[in-house]
Amino acid sequence: MNLQKIRLVAGNYVFILPALLLFATFSLYPFFKVFQLSVMDWDGISPKMVYVGFENFKDLLFDNSVFWLSMRNAAFVTFLALTVQNSLALFLAWCCDREIRGGNVYRVIFYLPPVLSGIVVGLIWNWIYDGHYGLLNHFLHFIGLGDLSRAWLSEGRTALIAVSVIHMWKGFGWGFVILLAGLQSIPRELYEAARVDGASGWVVFKNITAPLMIPVFILVSILTILGTMQIFDIIIATTGGGPGYHTEVPITRIVTTMIGSSRFGYACAMGVVFGLVLLAVSMIQIRVSKAMRQV
Amino acid sequence: MARWGMDKWKHLGLSFFIHLFLIVVSLSCLFPLWWAFASSLKTQGTVFTDLSLFPKSPHWGNYYTAWVQADFGVYFLNSLFYTVTVVLGVIFIASMAAFAFSRLHFRGKNVLFFILISTMMIPIPGSFIALYVLLNKLHLVDTRLGYILPQINGGLALGIFLLKTFFDDLPKELEDSARIDGCGRFRVYWHIALPLARPAIAVLAIFNILAVWNEYLLAMLVLSNKNLMPLQRGLMVFQGAHITEYPLLMAGIVITVLPVLAAYLFLQKHIIKGITAGAVKG
Repeated sequence: MNLQKIRLVAGNYVFILPALLLFATFSLYPFFKVFQLSVMDWDGISPKMVYVGFENFKDLLFDNSVFWLSMRNAAFVTFLALTVQNSLALFLAWCCDREIRGGNVYRVIFYLPPVLSGIVVGLIWNWIYDGHYGLLNHFLHFIGLGDLSRAWLSEGRTALIAVSVIHMWKGFGWGFVILLAGLQSIPRELYEAARVDGASGWVVFKNITAPLMIPVFILVSILTILGTMQIFDIIIATTGGGPGYHTEVPITRIVTTMIGSSRFGYACAMGVVFGLVLLAVSMIQIRVSKAMRQV
Repeated sequence: MARWGMDKWKHLGLSFFIHLFLIVVSLSCLFPLWWAFASSLKTQGTVFTDLSLFPKSPHWGNYYTAWVQADFGVYFLNSLFYTVTVVLGVIFIASMAAFAFSRLHFRGKNVLFFILISTMMIPIPGSFIALYVLLNKLHLVDTRLGYILPQINGGLALGIFLLKTFFDDLPKELEDSARIDGCGRFRVYWHIALPLARPAIAVLAIFNILAVWNEYLLAMLVLSNKNLMPLQRGLMVFQGAHITEYPLLMAGIVITVLPVLAAYLFLQKHIIKGITAGAVKG
């Protein structure tokens, strides 16, 4: 009887065992290992690992201007994504929310760039921005603005904006799909009632749509921040962080520190600091939106 | 009556401008892809001067060259292998765990579930450094297994969450009647729960197909043997070595994009369902 019961319980654990093993090995272990390594000086290969306390963090916080520049670059792209990209997504969602012909076709097309990889998107856009053969320059010459033509990705003044445009092109369709789903979950009767009362389009949006959409706005904003701050593939496929440090972002810095300079401990410290920044930003975001909802 | 007429005209005008705008945005989505395709059919000599969108004498031979000489055939088969193994791994391991979390009783169930799911929410940038260190220790760097296992793990949180929600909604009677017929846990899971979960599995599959097919960072860290590289890595290697061979690079891009495109068009309803379910549940 007892043996049977043990077998019964053990059988239940067999179901979760593969998941737990993988999770413990490839999620939990690395998670704690990052913190352990962040207080070490280690090249990643040699058996010698030197404990340095908070030296890595001290250096990172006070002596590593490039890391903070990379943070600022990512924040710049994120700011554009939050404002320009998400406004475009919301406007498009608003357009498709009405009974519109071919709404589904638009939806399929807008979600096309998000299903492509950052590498593919970056490599295609490289050509659009190219200084000699780039389509953008061809176009500018065609409409008589040839003076503006330049090597968009290799000039310090335009590189970061050019990369941001790629990122937003790839990302707006994703926000569009979520925002559209949010809009479609609003009961039509509310709009009917407002129209009977003679409310104008803007008033309807401000008093009905926007308040009901706040949870969706929060979700989209947080995911936009987390996704954009960790931008990597597009950068590596276009500028690689250059020219100079103009398009360096935190993940490229971490990878460079790790592979390029073999400073594994220091790279982990960067990961920890960056992770905490992301956590703080999402916390603030949630707080602010909660406060807004109560107003 | 006159007012009605005015409204109708206003409505038509608005519709016109909305469609115009939507079409312009749509073209901006499609144009770069078509441009890559058109360019993949030009030659090295004409690609920078011939700006046509429908090349007059398409060089389909570029695809042969890209596939055979530029190794995109190898990369393609690798990508296919990684995608299939990871997706199958995620589906089986996640569905088993989800079934247990939803239907079976054992100690620490809720805590374990919470811990598993919480990794979905917490961003840990830099954990890839420790992951690399671990793979190195396990002698899994530059092996297929070292690229597959972390990605199966990467898909588990979403998979368990999705499927548990699905299993929770299944009527308990189905299971009870099967139990009365003498089916054990494994047979209930395999013959009843899994087949019923097909819609949720489709959502899970398409998300993981896209994630694995498009993955780059892990491939860059783990794989340096060309024979093991997936397409995304192969594209970067090719670009690094032959920076100006645009037609071949574009052919490689088309080879990379086509399967994603097919999977997307075939399963797009499930994608939309998955995203919106996630958004509504928050």
